[in-house]
Amino acid sequence: MLVAKRLQKELVKLNEHTPPGITIVSTENFQEWLMDIEVLDGNPLYQGEKYRLKFVFSGSYPIEPPEVTFVKDATHPIPMHPHIYSNGIICLDLLDRQGWSPVHNVESVCMSLQSMLTGNTKNERPPGDDDFVRRNTQRPRDISFLFHDNSV
Amino acid sequence: MNMDSDEEFNSNSNVDMSSDEGFLDQDMESDVSLGDDYELEASDDEEPDIGFDTQDKDVKPRKEAYQVDFQVLSPADIQASQDEQIDEVSAILGQPPQNSAILLRYARWNKERLIEAYMDKQDEVLEAAGLGSVATEQPPRFERVPNFMCDICCEEGDQLDTFAMKCGHRFCADCYTHYLVSKITDEGEAARIKCPGDGCNRIVDSKSLDFLVPPAVKGRYRELLTRTYVDDKENLRWCPAPNCEFAVDCPVKRKELFRIVPTVMCECKHTFCFGCSLADHLPAPCVLVKKWLKKCEDDSETANWISANTKECPRCHSTIEKNGGCNHMTCRKCRHEFCWMCMGVWAEHGTSWYNCNRFEERSGAEARDAQARSRQSLERYLHYYNRYANHEQSAKLDKDIYIKTERKMTQLQSASGMSWIEVQFLEQASQALQQCRQTLKWTYAFAYYLKRNNLTEIFEDNQKDLELSVENLSEMFEKPTDQLQGKKVEIMDRTSYCNKRRIILLNDTAENLKKGVWEFNVEMTG
Repeated sequence: MLVAKRLQKELVKLNEHTPPGITIVSTENFQEWLMDIEVLDGNPLYQGEKYRLKFVFSGSYPIEPPEVTFVKDATHPIPMHPHIYSNGIICLDLLDRQGWSPVHNVESVCMSLQSMLTGNTKNERPPGDDDFVRRNTQRPRDISFLFHDNSV
Repeated sequence: MNMDSDEEFNSNSNVDMSSDEGFLDQDMESDVSLGDDYELEASDDEEPDIGFDTQDKDVKPRKEAYQVDFQVLSPADIQASQDEQIDEVSAILGQPPQNSAILLRYARWNKERLIEAYMDKQDEVLEAAGLGSVATEQPPRFERVPNFMCDICCEEGDQLDTFAMKCGHRFCADCYTHYLVSKITDEGEAARIKCPGDGCNRIVDSKSLDFLVPPAVKGRYRELLTRTYVDDKENLRWCPAPNCEFAVDCPVKRKELFRIVPTVMCECKHTFCFGCSLADHLPAPCVLVKKWLKKCEDDSETANWISANTKECPRCHSTIEKNGGCNHMTCRKCRHEFCWMCMGVWAEHGTSWYNCNRFEERSGAEARDAQARSRQSLERYLHYYNRYANHEQSAKLDKDIYIKTERKMTQLQSASGMSWIEVQFLEQASQALQQCRQTLKWTYAFAYYLKRNNLTEIFEDNQKDLELSVENLSEMFEKPTDQLQGKKVEIMDRTSYCNKRRIILLNDTAENLKKGVWEFNVEMTG
């Protein structure tokens, strides 16, 4: 099975070396992983916070992108960002079928999200966040995002 | 440069609308015109003998004014015409066919533009099309590379079969195949599948694809490519009938749809409008059809009428449901004969049928009263809607009757000793009824948008004639089987008369539409 083999290798590599600001939380199976990320450059929006990411892998990973969302609990808030909804759904072209390349992996997704946060200065949610969060029952992969903003 | 813009690519296919027939043969990439040796002629004074072969377009020697040139293409035809264009471009540009195909798709099959752009800025075009810089072409093959590690499955080894396109992004063969199969079967992509490498824009060519994926997926890939091809070409459109694989090639351009109603018939016999894919809506142009359907969707005006599938007998007030196509109603209870349309006594209809198809606009005196006016416009609308819906309903009922007719045909055959060919007149009558009702239905939508003038008068006369002939035929059609045999000649005559009236009406509207002389009471804008 491609998923298992690939994730096994990723895990070995991550255990050998985890990039700064990234922590493995749980990788018990090959369906769902939890990772923590921090923003290390002192961006005041995210200073001192840890954010928890949930990776859900389909049977077609890495041909298909994993489903990646921020999860909220007592110690892990959802980061403020104009492309991150308050329910943890992330609007990033890398995580969409069109933008995904099978060469990406858990580590590169974490790093992309770190840099997405690093570059942000806006302390705000996406437009229509309230509405979206109230109504959305879809899984992230079934939402067709429009990637119109290439600046952040 | 921005090669993706439609405007950019289609701007050289502008058509001179002032020419009456010129636009029928312009800008055709391949020789698809059926009508080169047909004459475009008015047919008002044609001989009456048009009865039996009008259904058969292949035998028909001449083109009516309302007809357009078109050709039905099978999946193989579409494939062949793509291949032909690809070969031609390959010969000119000196690119291998799989690359020419990518270039053509990128240029939305505008060959001239592509060649021009390519000659001008070769590298830019190749880059934008997803062909990067092209080194020497060699057939796709697997390679084994020392110390290789696949970035997709993280498998390593010298014995691994690997594959890379010209961009050099190398992955193991299994992963490459897996990736392509997933793109094609799960995502329905074909024309723009990129190399799996991160950020690489190289488009996967058909040769590499053929090399990597199993035959079933190849078939799907070709299907998807053909779909994109037909969607990209303005002169092609899929037949909208369910499960139909054919496409129609018709030279009528989008901007001509105000002047022409391009009605085409697919191999599967489905007749539809090339302009909007809706079922045959002659004689109304697409823009009016769109307006009309939108208006009819609006419940506020029609709710009463849509629910009104039943009426009361004008004499005894029994509730009657119309279950056949003819407007001549006979009350089961009191034997009263009346017209379903106007509820008037049927006997009067021999001479005063026109009361049933014309709406006389009220005099201007009432017009000052705003309420009366809105009332009148509603009534006017309902007049036309009622007749439109009636024909739609009748056509459905006629169809049901036809299904019974097939049985009748078999019965008639055994009862009378007629051959199967000899009972075909029933099928022809049924087809004529269907077709004429379809036309009549849309004449009411068309008439609703017409201003009152002499042309409209003529139109309504034609409409009246057609309607009368249709009701006459419809009535014959409902006779019990034992009477049908003796009525054969009469039914055949009436069938041929219906077809003729329909052609006259359609030619009249089509010619005036082409000349742009109809006056409408709405803006002719989409």
